[in-house]
Amino acid sequence: MTKLEASLLDILKEDCRIPLEKMAVMTGASLEEVASAIEDLENRKIILRYSPMINWDRTDRERVEAMIEVRVTPQRDMGFDAIARRIYRFDEVKSVYLMSGSYDLLVLVEARTLKELAAFVASKLSPLETVTGTATSFVLKRYKEEGVIFETDDADHRLVISP
Amino acid sequence: MNYDQYLNSRIAAVPPSGIRRFFDLAASRKDAISLGVGEPDFKTPYLFRDAAINSLLDGETQYTGNRGLIELRQEISLYLSGRYNISYRPETEILVTIGASEAIDVALRALISEGDEVLVPDPSYVSYAPGVIFAGGVPVPVETRHEDDFRLKAEALEQKITPKSKLLILPYPNNPTGAIMEKEDLEAIARVIREHDLLVISDEIYSELVYDDHVHVAFASVPDMLERTITINGFSKSFAMTGWRVGYACGPEEIITVMNKIHQYAIMCAPRQGQVAATAALRIGRENNYESIVTMRESYDRRRRLMVTAFRDMGLECFEPYGAFYAFPSIQRTGMTSEEFCAELLKEKNVAAVPGNAFGASGEGHIRCCYATAVDKINVALERIADFVASRS
Repeated sequence: MTKLEASLLDILKEDCRIPLEKMAVMTGASLEEVASAIEDLENRKIILRYSPMINWDRTDRERVEAMIEVRVTPQRDMGFDAIARRIYRFDEVKSVYLMSGSYDLLVLVEARTLKELAAFVASKLSPLETVTGTATSFVLKRYKEEGVIFETDDADHRLVISP
Repeated sequence: MNYDQYLNSRIAAVPPSGIRRFFDLAASRKDAISLGVGEPDFKTPYLFRDAAINSLLDGETQYTGNRGLIELRQEISLYLSGRYNISYRPETEILVTIGASEAIDVALRALISEGDEVLVPDPSYVSYAPGVIFAGGVPVPVETRHEDDFRLKAEALEQKITPKSKLLILPYPNNPTGAIMEKEDLEAIARVIREHDLLVISDEIYSELVYDDHVHVAFASVPDMLERTITINGFSKSFAMTGWRVGYACGPEEIITVMNKIHQYAIMCAPRQGQVAATAALRIGRENNYESIVTMRESYDRRRRLMVTAFRDMGLECFEPYGAFYAFPSIQRTGMTSEEFCAELLKEKNVAAVPGNAFGASGEGHIRCCYATAVDKINVALERIADFVASRS
């Protein structure tokens, strides 16, 4: 990764609505260099998407989330990849990670209601032939995600003018 | 009761800080965007705070030695030799103070005798001249100019030297201008110092905030200057630790001993938890190559470019400030004084900046704008300033 790419990622992870012109000024690169660096980052699948971080708890949308620890039997030649693919294709599944430790896959699932979520585990996840066991934990409250603290007091405590 | 006859006349004669007046004005505007702050917008990195929390949990609530925790002085010694190639003995040549501010005050009081002249680059930080007067000295401003990128020039310094000159205060990277001094600039100053047998208080509190491939050169690292320099630094700016109040002075044993005499009678010691957090800051920094400083510096640098470019785009002359976190554009083309400009800007556009003349007469015609503020706020403030300037041109 070049120095320019690193700077652009630093800027975009904080705020991806900053205009290209401003990013050019901030990095000291030309507009063309910035535009092509960003296109390149997108092509290389380093930047996958530009999306806001939403605190759904402050909205009126009904929503439950759970983390499911899944134990599976790895398949010959495919390891865990084939079963991971089977799992991540479900719309309810937000994230899937292969883990070290006492289980194999960590699956983050989101649904509208508890009932829907339970149904997903019972009728879609558990019946998969290589899944040998699951343990579901519901998310009760989100404190921090992706480096953003959800309940933070953002007030600026500095003096308005100081020497 | 009339207290005038009781109050110290020398201190009463010093006018209140020009910043103070503007602070009252700005503080009355709750929703103003302030470019007038003089401190980082980062919080102290959590690992350093955690060290202080643990120290409290462990019941470390006692005084430390007058000179500060020996672990901290050892870390300071390692830091200065590793970063700036200057060497100080932790036991005898380093004094931990309540911020760099106390270090400056104590250094002035240790060195100045009644009537001594102290050379102070102008514009610069507001405390130097009053500190000199409080200590019984006479501050002599040495003009620095926009066309020299506000660097201190040897010729300008030399012109102000008299038989009473004793001391130069060298505050670079500079608040309010953002100016730095390169190695050659410092060498030229060193020649004058040597020739006229002066001492130097080098306030290097912004030493870590230097941008665009420039490097900070400690004045004491210039040949022969170690024995003539009191190096002052601290944790406020480089480690975002303003409220902790921890700084330090390093210099020849004979001078540090006298400074410690004042410090021990007036202060006892810097707050212990601040010293603990500062020790952690330096130790962790040494281990991870000063990761937290690098992150902050890169972030400031991006905002610096944003601000300087915007001032130039709105037609204001703005030299490239390679240090600290201030831009110091000239507002002369608007025909207003610095104070008029800032007062009107606040009134009409709800943006606070600091008039340049608050930092000395040579700051007139400029305003100090701090870029240690969130990018979105900086952008809004700059748009408003551009509107304001357009309406006055």
